[in-house]
Amino acid sequence: MAKSPETEHPNKVFGWAARDKSGLLSPFNFSRRDNGENDVTVKILFCGVCHTDLHTIKNDWGYSYYPVVPGHEIVGIATKVGKNVTKFKEGDRVGVGVITGSCQSCESCDQDLENYCPQMSFTYNAIASDGTKNYGGYSENIVVDQRFVLRFPESLPSDSGAPLLCAGITVYSPMKYYGMTEAGKHLGVAGLGGLGHVAVKIGKAFGLKVTVISSSPAKEEEAISQLGADSFLVTTDPQKMKAAIGTMDYIIDTISAVHALYPLLGLLKVNGKLIALGLPAKPLELPMFPLVLGRKMVGGSDIGGMKETQEMLDFCAKHNITADIELIKMDEINTAMERLAKSDVKYRFVIDVANSLSPP
Amino acid sequence: MGKVLENEAFGLAAKDESGVLTPFSFSRRETGEKDVRFKVLFCGICHTDLSMAKNEWGFTTYPLVPGHEIVGVVTEVGTKVTKFNTGDKVGVGYMSRSCLSCDSCSDGEENYCPKMILTAGAKDYDNTMTHGGYSDHMVCAEDYIIRIPENLPLDGAAPLLCAGVTVYSPMKYHGLDKPGMHIGVVGLGGLGHIGVKLAKAMGNKVTVISTSDRKRDEAINRLGADAFLVSRDPKQMEDAVGTMDGIIDTVSATHPLLPLLGLLKYKGKLVMVGAPEKPLELPVMPLIFGRKMVVGSMIGGIKETQEMMDMAGKHNITADIELISADYVNTAMERLAKADVKYRFVIDVANTLKPTP
Repeated sequence: MAKSPETEHPNKVFGWAARDKSGLLSPFNFSRRDNGENDVTVKILFCGVCHTDLHTIKNDWGYSYYPVVPGHEIVGIATKVGKNVTKFKEGDRVGVGVITGSCQSCESCDQDLENYCPQMSFTYNAIASDGTKNYGGYSENIVVDQRFVLRFPESLPSDSGAPLLCAGITVYSPMKYYGMTEAGKHLGVAGLGGLGHVAVKIGKAFGLKVTVISSSPAKEEEAISQLGADSFLVTTDPQKMKAAIGTMDYIIDTISAVHALYPLLGLLKVNGKLIALGLPAKPLELPMFPLVLGRKMVGGSDIGGMKETQEMLDFCAKHNITADIELIKMDEINTAMERLAKSDVKYRFVIDVANSLSPP
Repeated sequence: MGKVLENEAFGLAAKDESGVLTPFSFSRRETGEKDVRFKVLFCGICHTDLSMAKNEWGFTTYPLVPGHEIVGVVTEVGTKVTKFNTGDKVGVGYMSRSCLSCDSCSDGEENYCPKMILTAGAKDYDNTMTHGGYSDHMVCAEDYIIRIPENLPLDGAAPLLCAGVTVYSPMKYHGLDKPGMHIGVVGLGGLGHIGVKLAKAMGNKVTVISTSDRKRDEAINRLGADAFLVSRDPKQMEDAVGTMDGIIDTVSATHPLLPLLGLLKYKGKLVMVGAPEKPLELPVMPLIFGRKMVVGSMIGGIKETQEMMDMAGKHNITADIELISADYVNTAMERLAKADVKYRFVIDVANTLKPTP
């Protein structure tokens, strides 16, 4: 007989889950495994709300396995460490991001690219190597193999540092991989949400000139005075868009809705690179002439490996980069999801798990 | 630059959007101090010639003398020319001038110079129209002339000046030229067949990807491809998922990118060199989950065109051509529109192009 979520593992845990594609989250009792010799048990303090959480609870991509406990921007305290664990001890402040498993023996894993391992498993809504389902950070605690636990730098606050575990690495990794870190070059950031606002900050930390590309003129003032962008380009202003043609070395495209690539490609210089990070539900239209005539590129990227994620956290600590967040209680999550669907957040919700998640 | 337009020339020009080519007299400039003048022996017919002759892209100025895969023998050099002499076998490709002062020109990427002038059908810096190689002779600035290796037959070498560098340049730029890499070539026409030969010369494993099985035997037994994949066969495509480091896509018609992205390994690169007119559908998830990229490319710089030509000389690579007489050119264009050629028409200009009556 199939075990229920509550009895699957020996240790009862409480969290919030979505049970169907309405995406409505509500209290959920489940269980987690014992802390194995390679594991770290993390009492969760804060968990960021990523747009992927919203896509998953609503089954936008067609592969949600309900009930889903989302959450992959987790910061907490190690309460138990297995006997083989060397990097962490009880009481350490740690982070858990988007992935919690990989084969640990393939070429990708050997190169610290666990995120590209064909057997990589996500922190939530995935099947672990033991065949059981993974549940994420909208819960009291999580048990994770030490390889997938990150040391949280001293100077990074737990709440505003949490979103870096997905948004931060999602932006940092392609900037390094695609060579988009040359000081003085011009970076465009399309879309100013969770990913976008972190991209502005990381771009500035690399010494780039940063232009935010957005369809909302209302975001201009904040983008410049609060986030540190050098300029702001409204996509619905044809004159300004024309004047900006061929001025950018790189564009980080964080827009998750279907949108036109043609005007963005036009903003790139020859040899320019557009990195697509948003996950629209449908394909985009890719015009060929701009690519061919300007040797331009559209590339993708998927979070980062564990080593690089640690590097990113340390980089952000050094440059005082945190997310701009709105702290919410667990029982405010459904309202937060509605607002997130309308991009009504500056710029990431973070759940104050430890102080607001309580069993009924 | 020499005096404007004093030397008589003759060739074939398209005069309207029918694209039909007919005899055309015009003139070319005197040989300037940095110019090389050469008698045209052969000129390849590139699909671009057809698109331009019919104004498919909307920027053709008539009359248009096409031709940018031009090979000939030098008849005169300007006083400041140092690299070429009378009698040399030379060629000119898609471009005949650039500004020589922008970042692209300084980096040997004249093909991306915003002021790059096409060899055929563009307004040159002196406001005269450039006329291409479907003509008896050419005058061109020394900087844009390519030396043809002694050992290469001139007719088979001509298509390399466009098709060859168009494939060579992105393979080098994107690091797809390492021995042992697995390269896919989509489409087996002018570009595709040269792509197979160049990739093999670079030591790659090459798989040709085509919509039908028709060309399998040729691809493997004649062109040297290692494998052949029919894109309409789901089982073949599934077996090949995640096996290629790079794919050179030469197809100029609209076609799906999703299956091609699936063939790429992690961090694979899809190089678009055939330029479909309408946008293609780009599924973003395969790019993201495999850190893959789609890139475009257009011919190559002069230095790298010469490099490609020298490599072709070293490996005895030429195009597979159908040599035609000048009066066959309109029929050739009709056949090219139906992809009915293995794999490039080349006009035997010197022997068959008659002066305009």
